[in-house]
Amino acid sequence: MKKMTYREAVRGALRDALRGDPRVFLMGEDVGRYGGAFAVSHGLLGEFGPERVRDTPLSENTFVGAGIGAALGGMRPIVEVMTVNFSLLALDQIVNNAATLRHMSGGQLSVPLVVRMATGGGRQLAAQHSHSLEGWYAHIPGIKVVTPATPADARGLLLAALADPDPVFVFEHATLYPSEGEVDESAGPAAIGRAAVRRVGDAVTLVTYGGSLPKVFQAADRLAVDGIEAEVVDLRSLRPLDTPTILASVAKTHRAVIVDEGWRTGSFAAEVSARIMEGGFYDLDGPVARVCSAEVPMPYAKHMEDAALPQAAAIVATVQEMLRRRG
Amino acid sequence: MTAPIDRDHALALLRQMVLIRRFEEKAGELYTRGKIRGFLHLYIGEEAVAVGAMQAFTADDAIVATYREHGQALARGIPAGALMAEMYGKANGCSRGRGGSMHFFDVSRRFYGGHAIVGGGLPVAVGLALADTLQARRRVTACFFGDGAVAEGEFHESLNLAALWRLPVLFLCENNLYAMGTALARHQSQTDVRLKAQAYAMPADVADGMDVLAVEAAVRGAAEQVRGGAGPFLLELRTYRYRAHSTADPELYRGKDEVEQWKARDPIALFTARLREWGFVADPDLAALETSVAADVDAAVAVAEAGPWEPVEDLTKDVYTQVAS
Repeated sequence: MKKMTYREAVRGALRDALRGDPRVFLMGEDVGRYGGAFAVSHGLLGEFGPERVRDTPLSENTFVGAGIGAALGGMRPIVEVMTVNFSLLALDQIVNNAATLRHMSGGQLSVPLVVRMATGGGRQLAAQHSHSLEGWYAHIPGIKVVTPATPADARGLLLAALADPDPVFVFEHATLYPSEGEVDESAGPAAIGRAAVRRVGDAVTLVTYGGSLPKVFQAADRLAVDGIEAEVVDLRSLRPLDTPTILASVAKTHRAVIVDEGWRTGSFAAEVSARIMEGGFYDLDGPVARVCSAEVPMPYAKHMEDAALPQAAAIVATVQEMLRRRG
Repeated sequence: MTAPIDRDHALALLRQMVLIRRFEEKAGELYTRGKIRGFLHLYIGEEAVAVGAMQAFTADDAIVATYREHGQALARGIPAGALMAEMYGKANGCSRGRGGSMHFFDVSRRFYGGHAIVGGGLPVAVGLALADTLQARRRVTACFFGDGAVAEGEFHESLNLAALWRLPVLFLCENNLYAMGTALARHQSQTDVRLKAQAYAMPADVADGMDVLAVEAAVRGAAEQVRGGAGPFLLELRTYRYRAHSTADPELYRGKDEVEQWKARDPIALFTARLREWGFVADPDLAALETSVAADVDAAVAVAEAGPWEPVEDLTKDVYTQVAS
């Protein structure tokens, strides 16, 4: 095990993938000479050359589509889209091609494509660089959506995405890149579709993923001071979704709060809430609660952005209110 | 006048064009009888484009086409029965009945759709060519699209990326003068499509899409250039569809006289006249050809009629790859 940042863990996985499989190549905006907008691919151009670390024009729809075509042609492309907001320019290729080609061709085609992108707010980048749209992507059958929250998962889920025969979208929350954790550099792929219980507790289940995990840990620590032990479920994968792990935790704690940086309306939190209602209704002692982003385009000013995003204080307050109503 | 090609090849071209036309006429008829549903975009009038173009490609080359792809699919050699069955929605269709008229696929013939988002096939073609380049394979990816696609960002992005990376893509613009119902002059500030390539430092040419030999010669030349490593090429093929855009089109946007003018340059009639001139065919040959094609079309319908429906239990099969556990 080695302590490293999330950024280094992604880079290490990319390097291992490029070394281990000649079909793998990386392409995207500024992944080469610039070293990646988030410095993830720094140094890879020098090591692997411009054939395998390819700077693209600012043509998101076409370089994602080219990734699809290259995957059909026998390659294992990793496409980096700088941020989730930019990925909207590639929605045609993602929704109409990557997600459909296998089913629509009667199973003849396979699209082993990996698309990575940064997501989320918290860096004062305002309303065109800060949104959390992974919940939208999780709506689409035919693709898989993973949301690594730790450096170990940043490695394991990226390697899993590469090993997968279907298109996998990896959402890396931009505030996580400098975060540190222990990573086993010899570890292979993680399992896509398996949630992890990150903290064991009995008072309430806090369900979250990606960039909200550190905030949920903060909230759980504060609650523990008052003797409230929260169980933390990190989804890791939004599609497929590990419903059994969520329901098992709710069956134990009888309460659930879902923390999701997406907007509340139509959010992924709404999906998790529905799954709990469908599969765990009689285990619940009260209504499921959600802590989501305020329903505004992300503002620039720090105090306003902080107010728009889910924060540990709001998670704590939500749990306390839920327990107070217990009577 | 001396024939520029041999008789066998000439007859093969004629037969493919006639097969497409009769197949399409039958498809139109079956649509009105409710056997085929959804959208149906007939290729009648444009046969010389698919047939002429497809002569230039080897089995290793890749084809990416549009939702008006019946002609390309037949010319590529996908069995007519598999195509008709696909339009019926049967499990013996070339896409197991999941795609219908707009989404023919046949990986064994490197036929990658059947794309019904205008312009959506171009980036995929660029990627297929990128895979060939990265694996040092000398193949061509032929990408068909209509004049409507020229207005899409994907057209411009794809031409740029293919040219920037010198990828072996042959962009084949099948210009039938209408983006659904909007005439070229009503959606393009520059109506000379081949000029678009200049902005991307890409060679381009134009050919008469009603003349099968002109199409074949132009596509062969362009394909050899692409195959030789010269990078992508844009070829505009000027043609015309006689039928409505789709089965849902009342054709309010063009006059019957315009359609009649184009029919005067019908690709099958033009080519047949030349074959007569060269002494390659006479009336009995043509009658025999029609009989033989009619038998093929009937056989295709029989394949579709006899085909099984995919079991509903398989609805979600192949959304993802089934991994053995």
